[in-house]
Amino acid sequence: MAELRAYAMLLGGQWRSVTSYRASFAVEMITNIGGTALDVLAVLVIFQATTNVAGFSLPEGVLIVSLSSCAFALADFAVGNIDRLKTYVRTGTMDAVLVRPLSAFGQLILMDLPLRKALRLPFGMAVLAVALRINHVEWTPARVVLLVVTPLAGAVFFASIFVLSASLAFWWVDSGEVGSAFTYGGRDFTAYPTPVYSGWFRVVFAYGLGFGFVAYQPALALLGRADPLGMPAWAGFASPLVALLAAGLAAAVWRTGIRHYRSTGS
Amino acid sequence: MDGLDARVPQISPRRPFRDWFTTFGALAWSGFRRYATYRQATIAGSFTNIVFGFLRCYVLLAVAAGAVGGTPAGYRPDQLATFVWVGQGLLTVVSLWGWTELSDRIRTGEVTADLLRPIHPVIGYLAPDLGRALHGMVFRFVPPLVAGLVCFDLYRPGRWFTVPLFGVSVLLAVVGSMGVRFLVNATAYWLHDARGPIMLWTLAAGVLAGLYFPLRFLPEPLAVTLWVATPFPGLMQSPLDVLVERDPVPLQFALVALQAAWAAALLGLCALVQRRAERRLVAQGG
Repeated sequence: MAELRAYAMLLGGQWRSVTSYRASFAVEMITNIGGTALDVLAVLVIFQATTNVAGFSLPEGVLIVSLSSCAFALADFAVGNIDRLKTYVRTGTMDAVLVRPLSAFGQLILMDLPLRKALRLPFGMAVLAVALRINHVEWTPARVVLLVVTPLAGAVFFASIFVLSASLAFWWVDSGEVGSAFTYGGRDFTAYPTPVYSGWFRVVFAYGLGFGFVAYQPALALLGRADPLGMPAWAGFASPLVALLAAGLAAAVWRTGIRHYRSTGS
Repeated sequence: MDGLDARVPQISPRRPFRDWFTTFGALAWSGFRRYATYRQATIAGSFTNIVFGFLRCYVLLAVAAGAVGGTPAGYRPDQLATFVWVGQGLLTVVSLWGWTELSDRIRTGEVTADLLRPIHPVIGYLAPDLGRALHGMVFRFVPPLVAGLVCFDLYRPGRWFTVPLFGVSVLLAVVGSMGVRFLVNATAYWLHDARGPIMLWTLAAGVLAGLYFPLRFLPEPLAVTLWVATPFPGLMQSPLDVLVERDPVPLQFALVALQAAWAAALLGLCALVQRRAERRLVAQGG
């Protein structure tokens, strides 16, 4: 109970700090929606420059990007700031986090919860609502459940990727932008239908790392479309399983990393 | 004490230009050396550039495969692949993101030290930035290009002057990018905190410079307006279009001329803003 109160106070501190610079916060919030809007806009421009992208039409493309946006926005809001871990490790702030009687993970997340990113998720959901209107979906109970579960499972998956790539800093302090290749790179990968990519790159990202299950396979299941790449129909319902696997791996790597951590000694 | 200021007496009055070049060269070299010390960051950054190269290249190739005639907005597939991979290499050279040095120095008050130097502040930031860009050209431009050459079919320029012209175009893009970054950072003279303008710049730079998709994918009137009325296409889209020979020869040269005009205008604007800012500067932090 005392622990919960400590977390609540960390969050309250965040809230007070953003409300004391209101104009700056408003600008940041609007710019953040702009960021998500641009991702969607880029997909629109790409699709209207051609008749179809790897056999997918514009409405289908919008459905895929909106599922990906919702999942990423939720994950980025909740744990996206974990990628600042490398700064904490380098500057030695991590030591202060570890001596407090609270979980390191919880503190790192609540110390800097990006409230400015809060409106990204509603934007993503609005695009998803539009996507569901312009696509023809034959609703069944299974598909309704799938629609609710997909963004949540995707968010858990992206959150695991965030934690995994941040954990890299425990072993390689100057890992710099390597993590972005998988977090933001993963977001870009999931924004388009998987058949767009090819060769070993597709195999690694879609199936090896599991990004194909965030938006593409569930979108196929929602639309009732067969996968041109030959994955069975149930693959669309596999995203929670993939997300749980990723979360388990992320938790294990995070714990090992915390135990491996030696202060930079500065 | 009249007439005593921080200017260094001219050492060799008969050869003023030589002094100037020596100073400029030393500053540029310092910029090069500074970035040469971040070796692990260079490797990490190149890896990320290459992953994004794959992502963007496959998307644009899929667009080409689905487009009527296979040439969306007049680009052939090998031109699009070159556009992506060279673009990934140029990203760090023209430094589209994340430069807050000037605004940080304004906020902390350290910028007063820049004003004491016997060199104009705009030049004092431009020279190290060119050194940084040279480092980028050697260490960040090459890895994505090699990855692109190994994994994709890239376009070989057919006109003999294309590669030198591309070099000029990149130089002008770096100068233009420095100009915009200087202006965005200089808002801190008035706002104390340039975070909002810098975020807007980051957002605008990516999409309006042609990083996310070639600007020719947009309706033509919009693309032309962007080109003429904003400096952004000159930061990336123009050098890339020059390299892949998207346009006939006169237009190819006109793109570079437009970049030169924008670079000159931006530097002039930087000097003007700097002069106005110095009048109202109150050093922060004492």
